[in-house]
Parts: sequence; C-alpha cells; structure tokens
Amino acid sequence: MSSPTNAPISRTRTEPFWVRALLIGTALVFLSLFLFVPLVSVFVEAFKKGVDVYMASITEPDAVSAIKLTLIAAGISVPLNLVFGVAAAWAIAKFDFRGKNVLLTLIDLPFSVSPVIAGLIYVLVFGLQGWWGEWLIANDYKVIFAVPGIVLATVFITFPFVARELIPLMQAQGQEQEEAARVLGASGWQVFWKVTLPNVKWALLYGVILCNARAMGEFGAVSVVSGHIRGQTNTLPLHIEILYNEYQFAASFAVASLLASLALVTLVLKFIVERRVRQQLAQANDTGVPA
Amino acid sequence: MIFSRTLLRRPSVLPGFDLALGMTLLYLSLIVLVPLSAVFLKTFTATWPQFWETVTSPRVVASYKLTFGASFLAAIVNGVFGLLVAWVLVRYDFFGRRIVDALVDLPFALPTAVAGIVLTGLYSGNGWIGKHLEPLGLKVAYTPIGVFVAMTFIGLPFVVRTVQPILEDLAAELEEASSTLGATRWQTFTKITFPILTPALLTGFALAFARALGEYGSIIFIAGNMPMVSEITPLLIITKLEQYDYVGATSIAVVMLVISFVLLLAINWLQAWTRSRQGK
Repeated sequence: MSSPTNAPISRTRTEPFWVRALLIGTALVFLSLFLFVPLVSVFVEAFKKGVDVYMASITEPDAVSAIKLTLIAAGISVPLNLVFGVAAAWAIAKFDFRGKNVLLTLIDLPFSVSPVIAGLIYVLVFGLQGWWGEWLIANDYKVIFAVPGIVLATVFITFPFVARELIPLMQAQGQEQEEAARVLGASGWQVFWKVTLPNVKWALLYGVILCNARAMGEFGAVSVVSGHIRGQTNTLPLHIEILYNEYQFAASFAVASLLASLALVTLVLKFIVERRVRQQLAQANDTGVPA
Repeated sequence: MIFSRTLLRRPSVLPGFDLALGMTLLYLSLIVLVPLSAVFLKTFTATWPQFWETVTSPRVVASYKLTFGASFLAAIVNGVFGLLVAWVLVRYDFFGRRIVDALVDLPFALPTAVAGIVLTGLYSGNGWIGKHLEPLGLKVAYTPIGVFVAMTFIGLPFVVRTVQPILEDLAAELEEASSTLGATRWQTFTKITFPILTPALLTGFALAFARALGEYGSIIFIAGNMPMVSEITPLLIITKLEQYDYVGATSIAVVMLVISFVLLLAINWLQAWTRSRQGK
C-alpha cells in the first residue's frame, strides 16, 4: 500500500495556485460560519454578564443537581454499553454464524431512530397508559418522569457506539492470535484479557469517548421521558432549555459552555486516540489476515 | 450451547460464542427491540381510517414537507461543501489544517441543545450573523430557513468523513495516467476522481439526510415552531404525547420509523457498493 498523504504530490495531481487558494478559502469560510463562529459565541455569550454571573449560574442548586444527574446517566449507560459492545464484537468478529448481517443492522438501529421516538418507546412501555404502567404504580416504582427513564433513554441512544468501533477492527485482526493462545493452553478469559483486549484497547477507548459525549449531551430522548422537574429530573441539556425559555440567556449559555467544553475535550481526546486506532487497523491489515 | 449448535457455520476453538451472543441478543431485545415493537403494537390499536386520518391531516403533512424538504436541501449543501472540505483537507497543505480537520467533528460532539441555542442566538435579528442578513430581507431564525441551517450544522461531518478516507486511498497512478494521456485537471476530476468518490458521497448524503430527518434538539430553538409553517415532524410527536394522544403520537412515529428503516437499508447497500468499488 502506498500512502498518498505522505507522498509528495506531483504536479499532475494538483491545481494551479489560484484554484487551490479559492477552494481552501471557500472551505474555510463555510467552516468558520458553521463551526468556528458558533463555538466562539457560546463562550462570549456565557461571559457576557461577567464572571460572577457565570459562576453563580453554574453553582446554583438546580444547575448542580443537573450536573449530578447528567453524570449519573452517563455513569450507568457508558459501562452498560461498553460490556454489551465487547460481547457483541466478540460474537460478530470472531465467529462465523448465520444471521450475522441482520444482527449488525439491528445494532445500528438506534442511530437511525429519531431521539424523540427513542423517548416515546419507553413512555409506551413504562408510562401511565403503558404496558407495565399499572403494575409500576401499584408497586410504587417510578420510571417515566424519573431517573430510571432518563438512564434507559440514554442507554438506547448511545447503544451502538462501542460495538461499531470494535467490530471492524476485530474483524480485520481475525482470530489467528486467539486460536494460537488457545492451542497453547490459555483459558477463554486469559485469551480475552491478554490477547484480544490489548489489541483493541484504543478502539475501545475511542468508542467510550464518543459514547460518553453523546450520553452527556442527549436532549430529545431524555426530554420526552424526563418531565422536566427542576432539581430532580433535569439533565444539563434540559436545564439549558429551561433557562433559555425563561429568557435567562447568560445563565443558559453559561451552562451550555460547560457542555461545549466537554465537546472540546472530546475532540482533543478523539484526535489523540484516533491515530492509535488507525495504527492498530493498519497493523491488522498489513499482517495480511484476511478479513 | 444452543447458539453454537444451530447458528455456527463452522466450529471454532475459541470459547464464549454462546455467552457473547446470548448477552447481545438479550440486551438488544430488552433495550431496543421490545420497546420499539411497542410503537407498532400501540398503533395497531387504532383502526386503519383513524391511522390514515392522523398521518395525513394537514398539520402533519405540512410538517413532513418541511422536515423532508429542509433535510434534503441541508444534505445537498453538505454534499457539495463536504466534498470540498474533504478535498481541501486531503489534497492541500495549509496553516491550521489539522485543527480544522479535528474541528469538523464538532457537530457530533456538541450537544444538540447547545447547538440549538447558539445558532438561534447567531441568526436572530440582533445576532452576529442575523444582523447582517436581516437588512437584506433574509430572516433565518424562527422561519423554515432556520430549520435548514440547524440541519446543515448537524449533518456537516457525515459527507466529509465518508469521502475523506476514499480520497486518501485514491491511487495516484490513475490521475497521472489521465494527465499523461492529455486530460486537463478538470477532465480528470469529472471523469476519473468524481466517479470513484460517488458511492461514498451518496453514503454521506444519505447519512446526513437520515440524521436531519430525526433531529429535534438543535432545531426546536431556531424553528419558532409555528404550526403549518415551521413545525417539524418529531415535534408533532411530542405535542401529541403531551396531549395524551398516544395513538396519534405512535401513528406519526410509525411513519417516521418506516422511512428510517428504508433509509438504513439504502445506506447499508451504499456502503457495500463503496466497499466493492474499493475492492475490499
């Protein structure tokens, strides 16, 4: 494989200077309007009324409780989807079985469902008029308009992230190394911990980073099941909405700047980890293991 | 035991198939399949005329027109600019290229509620961008154009990220041969490069379109949500739900789900086409 990105680009493969300048210029203007300006404006609006208002907005009790709930929702849904993602990737990448393509499509399903529908389905199952609504009330459990509903909606929305990062890499790596370890006497769990996991650790981390970013930022699905009870069932994105609708713009942007900072941290981590993932994938492809 | 005996195409020395597949199927059923089936079962409690009346009522049809029209336009804009951005990032070296490359994923990383209030702030009459557009007679915030702007923002990374790897892998020999045989750069692009990129471009377009159709958070702030004018379909589902019209909400949800499934199949097919073009 040649690597065109590092190879010097010959004159027959590039354009005259003015064409290059025009294309780069157009692309940068478009990206500035849609990415750079919005990003900068979050922080400008957040500090518009000064540092005191900013600090007050993010430390008032409702904001703190929203931060806590967001951390809880992500803290439960990310590990759940991590374990599931590893199990799904192990079954799909290391074995050849009937129905694999159907399973792959089903795993991707939550990405193609509107977040609003993701919330709706849990209302239908656990809501007052839902399948288990009466039983839940009789036993004094609350799912919808309570924390469990928020966690469930978040789990649904972030369901495919880890699995879809692991599967292509593990398929490219094949199963020779695991088979060798097995033949040499390693137990199943030893194979997993000592051979498979080190081979996929960066892709795993990459999936977790994306999963976490989405879990903390999810709005539509959570909005349907939350009930918007201040201090109880408000996550950070929902808190932003409430403040915004009450015309508390500075406070709303202050809270938004927390999530925007999270997005920036996510992008930086993603940038670092992405290169490691590519290296591992390139290694897997170079060793000539047929995928 | 049951899975390895019935499903495996060939036996494996590796253990854990039953455990891994069993966990996957259980979790998938509990979190995704059973709850999703509730939408269809609930809708079946309505009669066919009831269902049809709900999903074809004027307000709902107006929301389809807006949602599909704006998603389509946004995906087209992202197709054109996504290709341009991918080209510029792969082919040209300029100051800050890697930062720009990393920043392209911002719409994936930025929570939609944040995107919603930021875009509304920028494009409203006294916002940084809106105050230059309104004297020209162009109102963006609280109009269908605002819906289009939000959809363009959230769909931006898809085309770039599907086209970029194909462009990176493109064999230099093809373009060099084309040039040696006397083609101009423009001819080489339209006859050689662009056809190779087409499947990836269409995949990115379809992904951006599908994402825009279901999008809620970034749109509701900027749309103004006027019935018949700037109300998107996902918002109508929530409106019905808040009125305790469960059957109405699920009927609209079924229409959207069926469209999403068709798109998902189309995307899978496009991705298979992309891979076969690459010979992988």
